[in-house]
Amino acid sequence: MLAFTLRRAVQAIGVMFAVGIIAFSMFRFAGDPVNQIVSIDTSAAEREIVRKSLGLDDPVPVQFARYFADAAQFKFGVSYQFRQPVSTLLMERMPATLELAICATVFAMVFGILMGVYSALRRDTMLTKLFQAVSLIGISLPTFLIGILLIYLFAVTLGWLPSFGRGEVVKLGWWSTGLLTLSGLKALIMPSITLGLFQMTLIMRLVRAEMLEVLRTDYIRFARARGLTTRAIHFGHALKNTLIPVITVAGLQFGSVIAFSIITETVFQWPGMGLLFVQAVQNVDIPIMAAYLLMVSLIFVTINLVVDILYTVVDPRLRATVGRAI
Amino acid sequence: MTETILSVRNLQVEFASRRGTLRAIDGVSFDIAKGEVLGVVGESGAGKSVTGLAVIGLIDPPGRIAGGEIHLAGSRIDNLPPEEMRRIRGKRIGMIFQDPLTSLNPLYRVGDQIIETIRTHLNLSETAARRRAIDLLAEVGIPAPEKRIDGYPHEFSGGMRQRVVIALAICAEPELIIADEPTTALDVSVQAQIISLIKRLGRDHGTAVMLVTHDMGVIAETSDRVAVMYAGRVAEIGPVQDVVRNPLHPYAKGLMGAIPTLAGDDKRLQQIPGSMPRLSAIPRGCSFNPRCAFAFDRCRVERPEPLPRGAQSVACHLYDSVPAESAA
Repeated sequence: MLAFTLRRAVQAIGVMFAVGIIAFSMFRFAGDPVNQIVSIDTSAAEREIVRKSLGLDDPVPVQFARYFADAAQFKFGVSYQFRQPVSTLLMERMPATLELAICATVFAMVFGILMGVYSALRRDTMLTKLFQAVSLIGISLPTFLIGILLIYLFAVTLGWLPSFGRGEVVKLGWWSTGLLTLSGLKALIMPSITLGLFQMTLIMRLVRAEMLEVLRTDYIRFARARGLTTRAIHFGHALKNTLIPVITVAGLQFGSVIAFSIITETVFQWPGMGLLFVQAVQNVDIPIMAAYLLMVSLIFVTINLVVDILYTVVDPRLRATVGRAI
Repeated sequence: MTETILSVRNLQVEFASRRGTLRAIDGVSFDIAKGEVLGVVGESGAGKSVTGLAVIGLIDPPGRIAGGEIHLAGSRIDNLPPEEMRRIRGKRIGMIFQDPLTSLNPLYRVGDQIIETIRTHLNLSETAARRRAIDLLAEVGIPAPEKRIDGYPHEFSGGMRQRVVIALAICAEPELIIADEPTTALDVSVQAQIISLIKRLGRDHGTAVMLVTHDMGVIAETSDRVAVMYAGRVAEIGPVQDVVRNPLHPYAKGLMGAIPTLAGDDKRLQQIPGSMPRLSAIPRGCSFNPRCAFAFDRCRVERPEPLPRGAQSVACHLYDSVPAESAA
């Protein structure tokens, strides 16, 4: 088990190294960084001084080694537009994005699993048909459209919920949270639904398909032949088997929730990393873009690792094969 | 006469399909006495398994029991509400399925599955149920049961898993065990062990056993009586020695003729020409008539009813109006 975790961790470091190369090469592809720092009327001599002070005259491998060593300590350089360290900017914004992503994922998991189980067990009811219609909307409508429709309905027409921002936030150390104030919670509702709707429909469809599949298996038939209660069969035996693929998808989707939060954050002007990234793209602020790429990859890789470990917790068969493989 | 545990009368099972209703079981009747093993043989699709599922009440839509009655120890069970039928399943009727590799839930320890079943049916505490589960595992021949009880299904071999399945089937001391091809998925040496285990359990507990299989060897070794099924009907039923040594129905004769002997005579095995009709195209009259060497006009028109012939009962027109003595 420990060896398995270690091996996966080494693989994860390999992936991060590759992403680091890509992030680093962004600086080269987007033109001369010096041009983006200095103004148009800077003299060539002054440009050389800037170049030297930034270490841009060193050989490329040296620059890369330095960049990677800094990145490993969460030092991503200074933002061109804000003139502040990128890591400070990201740290300020990360709580907003993570809170949004977690709320969206919890929303997607809870409703996705409930709706999926219900529609698998009661195949021909009106409610099941309604769920499937909703899931069709969730899968086919683009995120920004859902966000705008929600804003129009609940913020503009009904005036129940705020249309943008995080509401009041409370500082807990460096972490700013909107979960402790009423306005913060109200502000979370619409962005979470917008961001989580696609994942919710995905999970619902997955749970439904898996559940129908599992209910056809021999061990469910045998469980019925043993006279177990319907509740024990559906929610004990069937649901646990259904959740294995759901863990994978929900876990991997958590990464894309963070990545996709760019759109939701833009629609709701949510002060998170996604909004920062969009502003960085508009201003060709490469240090922020590269750092964002690294952060998102780090989150993805970490989630993958956690999912792999969670698997073995749920499924005893994997524990055995993993043990044998090493 | 010993006490009758299971009595099936004129059972009919139908499946609704796009091309109309298919009758998988058509007028099947048999009894199983306390402690008796009834073997049910026939080709694939003859309705053996469906009969077993009908008895335990697990025919799922689009299938349904369309007629007849099933009595367990004197009381009718085929028309019980689902919740009452559930209480009978596992408690009064145990079932063993064909494939032990897929019968157990892979995510639960075998002990938890046994304890769960015991506690569903018997009013026992967790610790008492665990003790009983260990005893059961010991009884079905699993070595070191107090250790193996905490194992997961994938840690057991096929034969051991089938023993666990049997322990699950008998954990509430059922009056009847339905074993649906319990040895088909196992290799031959393990088959013999499982068969003798089922036989021993039936004898020790006075449990009636309905043993569904297509293996005549298994039947001959285990059963007290045997029912030969063909196309959803019972062709012949009787004590196992009589049916094996002296089959009456032409189909049963064909089946017995197709068993190789160890005597070493190099005669070719007999073969029944043709194949069993599909459910959508069951011929009029006797369903075996197109393949029967003895068929005559009446067989193509009129359906034969079971006729008693000594201890046997046979559904064949050949034995109607013929005196019992000359029939054999």
